[in-house]
Amino acid sequence: MPAMRPLERLNDFVVKFANVNGSGSASANGLFARSALRMGVPVAARNIFPSNIQGMPTWYEVRVVESGWRGRRGGVDLAVAMNPETWAADVAELESGGYLLYDATRPVNAAKLREDIVPLGIPLTGLCHEMFSDPRQRQLFKNVMYVGALAALLRIEPEVIEKLLGEQYAGERKAPLLDANRAAFRRGYDFATAELPQIGLRMERRDRVGDRIFVDGNSASALGAVYGGATVCAWYPITPSTSLAEAFKRYCSRMRVDPATGRHRYAIVQAEDELASIGMVVGAGWNGARAFTATSGPGISLMQEFIGLAYFAEIPAVLFDVQRGSPSTGMPTKTQQADVLCAAYASHGDTKHVLLFPEDPTECFAMGAQAFDLADRLQTPVFVMLDLDIGMQDWLTAPFAWDEGRALDRGKVMTAEELEAGRDFGRYLDVDGDGVPYRTYPGTHAKRGAYFTRGTSKDRYARYTEDGPAYVDNMQRLLRKFETAKDLVPQPAIEGAAQPTRAGVLWYGSTGAPMAEALAALEARGIHLDRCRVRAFPFADAVADFVAAHDHVFVVEQNRDAQMRALLVNECGIAPEKLVPVLHYDGAPLTARFVEREIAEKAAVFNVVPLKRAAG
Amino acid sequence: MTYLAKPKLHHPSLPRNALGFTRRDYEGPVSTLCAGCGHDSISAAIIQAFFELAIPPHRVAKLSGIGCSSKTPTYFLGQSHGFNSVHGRMPSVLTGANLANRDLIYLGISGDGDSASIGLGQFAHIMRRGVNMTYIVENNGVYGLTKGQFSATADKGSKSKAGYSNEDEPIDLVMLAVTLGATFVARGFSGDKGQLVPLIKAAVQHKGAAIVDVVSPCVAFNNHPGSTKSYDYVRAHNDTVNFLDYMPEREPIVARSEPGGVQTVVLHDGGAIRVRRVDESYDPTDKVSAMAYLEARREAGEVVTGLLFVNECDADLHDAQNTVGVPLNALSDAELVPGSAALAKVNASLR
Repeated sequence: MPAMRPLERLNDFVVKFANVNGSGSASANGLFARSALRMGVPVAARNIFPSNIQGMPTWYEVRVVESGWRGRRGGVDLAVAMNPETWAADVAELESGGYLLYDATRPVNAAKLREDIVPLGIPLTGLCHEMFSDPRQRQLFKNVMYVGALAALLRIEPEVIEKLLGEQYAGERKAPLLDANRAAFRRGYDFATAELPQIGLRMERRDRVGDRIFVDGNSASALGAVYGGATVCAWYPITPSTSLAEAFKRYCSRMRVDPATGRHRYAIVQAEDELASIGMVVGAGWNGARAFTATSGPGISLMQEFIGLAYFAEIPAVLFDVQRGSPSTGMPTKTQQADVLCAAYASHGDTKHVLLFPEDPTECFAMGAQAFDLADRLQTPVFVMLDLDIGMQDWLTAPFAWDEGRALDRGKVMTAEELEAGRDFGRYLDVDGDGVPYRTYPGTHAKRGAYFTRGTSKDRYARYTEDGPAYVDNMQRLLRKFETAKDLVPQPAIEGAAQPTRAGVLWYGSTGAPMAEALAALEARGIHLDRCRVRAFPFADAVADFVAAHDHVFVVEQNRDAQMRALLVNECGIAPEKLVPVLHYDGAPLTARFVEREIAEKAAVFNVVPLKRAAG
Repeated sequence: MTYLAKPKLHHPSLPRNALGFTRRDYEGPVSTLCAGCGHDSISAAIIQAFFELAIPPHRVAKLSGIGCSSKTPTYFLGQSHGFNSVHGRMPSVLTGANLANRDLIYLGISGDGDSASIGLGQFAHIMRRGVNMTYIVENNGVYGLTKGQFSATADKGSKSKAGYSNEDEPIDLVMLAVTLGATFVARGFSGDKGQLVPLIKAAVQHKGAAIVDVVSPCVAFNNHPGSTKSYDYVRAHNDTVNFLDYMPEREPIVARSEPGGVQTVVLHDGGAIRVRRVDESYDPTDKVSAMAYLEARREAGEVVTGLLFVNECDADLHDAQNTVGVPLNALSDAELVPGSAALAKVNASLR
């Protein structure tokens, strides 16, 4: 029989809530995460949910982490087991010495528990039956009641949670709800205080959160689109991108309404499919409005033909691709970075597209806005590559910032005055040598500047031609334009290891969440790695230089086929053996434990560990 | 097609419209379609209609999909921006363009393959959204550019040039448009310019989704005996229900209904179309009876032409979106970017 040693941890533990989808638990679980933040203790929280509306298991994992690590840790210290269906798995997942909070209205068979965990029973159903008569309320208020019990057990200041409830249910209309929530919270708190033992997990007030905000990447991207001047959004519902378009609507209804008339400075169309979404975006972009769509991998597949048209006809468009488990329907509610190649080379023929890789919601906002400047400046589709982990999870992240003096960059648009003055206009004429031509908005000038946009080949003056040299001339200019993009896109974040090293590690997007923690752990084991976080495609020269400066570079990403590695090999002429893939693609967010283990194993093979240390 | 370039010199006595433009200002480069193609007659009708309406050519945006019909925007309105998009997807591109700038006049050009086969979904949705535009289907029942395959509007039993018979039911875009909520639905014949020009003019002046289905025989692949889209067949089976006169708003409108089978429909801009009825029983403002009539004539193998349905009181997509009067593509940074103070409030709400 394993010895029972209850866990003792301060501001550093994992709580996992096991619920039934549709039982109203999300709001209570979020309340718990926010209470830690209000106590000044950082959290990393993740919702783990099925592709289902009601009745299937769902989990919410909160890592209370004073050190501020952003990734999942792995393992669970306290489980709130509210779903009988997943009980066995939830109990099994607990660390030895962990705690199990459960509904003890009916006695639980001892065989269903473990001897090396601490059971904490609270008759949630019974207490709710005493307090409420409405069946829906009896179900719903169990959630906030267990938050009350957790507050007592973990020593969260109850005033913090009561204040959060007050903010959530502000206003006279919501007053009865506020009262009921408070009462249920108090009942749970009082029961745990009186009836449950003290436990070894504890939260204590700190000042480690600062001015950071708690927000999901889809909302941040939508807000970025508002600040980036987007006026047309055409979209088709698809998990996990749906909340991006919905957030755009929410923000626009607050920030983009003409105060004098109440009319909208935006248009949002829920299209009939993804083909129509991207078609509308292309039409609006052609006509001088900033337009975007939000979608996921299956949508990108459907949009391929239009993406090729926008590339070849040079029409600005912004696509937010919130990646999910693929291929096909795949795992719609799980995360992956598996659209990298599909987006980079979207459509038939020779195409290359600008991709941006935000690492967190703060960058979703910044890149979400910047994408529109880039699309206009480069007159081409720009992809913002989120994934479910960034898009749908709330992250503790740096606040959004906007430079008041910043003007939207509309790119090279020839005006009526310039046309009137007799300036030569060739829609595909490379006047400045950067591969980027001038365009005109339809309706600009009565006699000059009109041109015909087409997917067929054309000359520098947009006249239809099937002449080989004219076609090649145009395709070469598109390559020059892609070179120009290199300097305009976000540059990589490169950082040296604590000690000089011949090995490096490269990653992008949400993979960054556990990297700092994993690299600290590797450093403690004597494995030093220089770091390169890729933030965009086309790759800046600094990315190829980074790889060239090292014997081996681990490329950490969340797909089966090492897609970023393939893109690096293909675009930078890198010898494949220099890039060592570290791949995680089961749909769950990456953990620091996984990255540490994988790199440590591979590093041993490549003698990354300094020889004297390895010998010692 | 002809290889002769159009003369650049204009005769000084060419008639000018209210804006001082001649018909030449509404033309484009010479057509590359087959000689005698019905589509070229439609292009000529479009040129005539826009000339007579005295619309500044550069204020028109002409969009199309792929196919013979979709090539034609090159051949008219040379001073307008044009967009030859992808097969069957013109409606979405036009919708987006319309959202970006509500001040331009949108002309969508499509064909039966483009609208009824690959693009049926987008055709349906642009009609139900009430996008303010004129959608012209150059309908020949056949794929010309790929040399003679049936399209989805080919009548059941009609024969291809190669001798095959079409066994599938045809899609009637006119009937479809009426059921989907289009507010101006007409059918013309490329061989009858006198009827077609007023139909196009009225469609352009109409606010909302206007469709003109134009039967346009394909001289290369669908003008033989056995085809129901040939010149001979349409001329022999044309049931014209009415003729139109478009009257700009400066002419006084006396009465809504006039004697002698004339019905007046007032347009949103104050202008009016006068419908001269050929068939006294046909009322294009009555949706239900119009549909019954269309179906009955179709059963009888006839091609009904004229203004088939009109509803002048509907709002367009911009009304539904409640967008500002200024085109969205002309809004200033100050109107678009909420600024750092607003952002600070968002940040505060997320702590």
